[in-house]
Amino acid sequence: MTRTRVAGLFVAVLFCAFGAWAFASGSRAGALAAQRSAGRRADGLAAWEQVYGVLTHPRCINCHTATDYPQQGDERRRHFANVVRGPDGHGVPGLNCASCHQESNADSTGVPGGHNWHLAPLSMKWQDANDRPLSSAAVCRAVTDRSKNHNMDGPKLLKHHEEEALVLWAWQPGRRPDGTLRETPPITHAEFVNATRRWVEAGTPCPAR
Amino acid sequence: MAKYQLNVNGERREVSVDPSTPLLWVLREDLKMTGTKFGCGISACGACTVHVAGVATRSCVLPIALLGERPVVTIEAVAQDPVGRAVQDAWVEKDVVQCGYCQSGQIMSAVALLKHTPKPTDTNIDESMGGNVCRCATYVRIREAVRAAAQKLK
Repeated sequence: MTRTRVAGLFVAVLFCAFGAWAFASGSRAGALAAQRSAGRRADGLAAWEQVYGVLTHPRCINCHTATDYPQQGDERRRHFANVVRGPDGHGVPGLNCASCHQESNADSTGVPGGHNWHLAPLSMKWQDANDRPLSSAAVCRAVTDRSKNHNMDGPKLLKHHEEEALVLWAWQPGRRPDGTLRETPPITHAEFVNATRRWVEAGTPCPAR
Repeated sequence: MAKYQLNVNGERREVSVDPSTPLLWVLREDLKMTGTKFGCGISACGACTVHVAGVATRSCVLPIALLGERPVVTIEAVAQDPVGRAVQDAWVEKDVVQCGYCQSGQIMSAVALLKHTPKPTDTNIDESMGGNVCRCATYVRIREAVRAAAQKLK
């Protein structure tokens, strides 16, 4: 074997070793990235479930119906007095939401109130026509569908959950006509916003079904 | 007790009442305007309907502290505008009233409907008047009268 051939072989072996090392490193980096991505998605999905728990609480879902009427109460009964949705979710001329609901809670009479009291549009229904809450996946799909949600991306959804008056109302729902306090959602508003932020930062993942 | 400056039927009125007092009782007890009726006290029957800034409002559940600067129109002044006058005339023409207790609320809701929807369908009428209960069941005549008022206003 000539000296040149030995040198060539040595270089070839070096290349192979480097290639194998690089391949192994690349795979490891890829695996780590995939692991990180899966972890982020899992965290996002866990955060979404917290958000879903709030969205399907009576303080929120009562005005996200699939029907022609809002609901009321913790048992989510049909709104009394023949109240109907109306063309834009604000009721009808003789019977607007504002016929009773003022800009703030009327604790002395037990009527809840907040700025621009109205029903969510049908595109944001979170229950079926039989008043059963939709699945976590279905609500998530609706909330993230920009053709249904007033074109809100993740940051806008976060801002909506942070600042919208009727969202905030859910944690300040006032007193029932019997003077007792209305129930609030299962987590605090700060926890709700934090969960929304984690979900948005994870890319607003939705459960598969 | 607190003092409130109100605009009722275009007039400035001052009352001194507890902030939680419903507008209905301010009208009836303090201002002695008894055309607006107490029915259920929980906004379920519509007898207490007045207009607050043009919106048909159940005065029995509106604490005076939440009224603010908004003007109030009651049944006593509803005929001062053409829609209100047409509705009252139609009510007489169709002989709508039986006992009459709920009718001031019915008229206020009908006026709110016609101001917003000059040519209402029967569905519009039924939905808009759906929160006004009549124990004499004058509903058919109410619907006829709303349609007649709409005709007059054409």
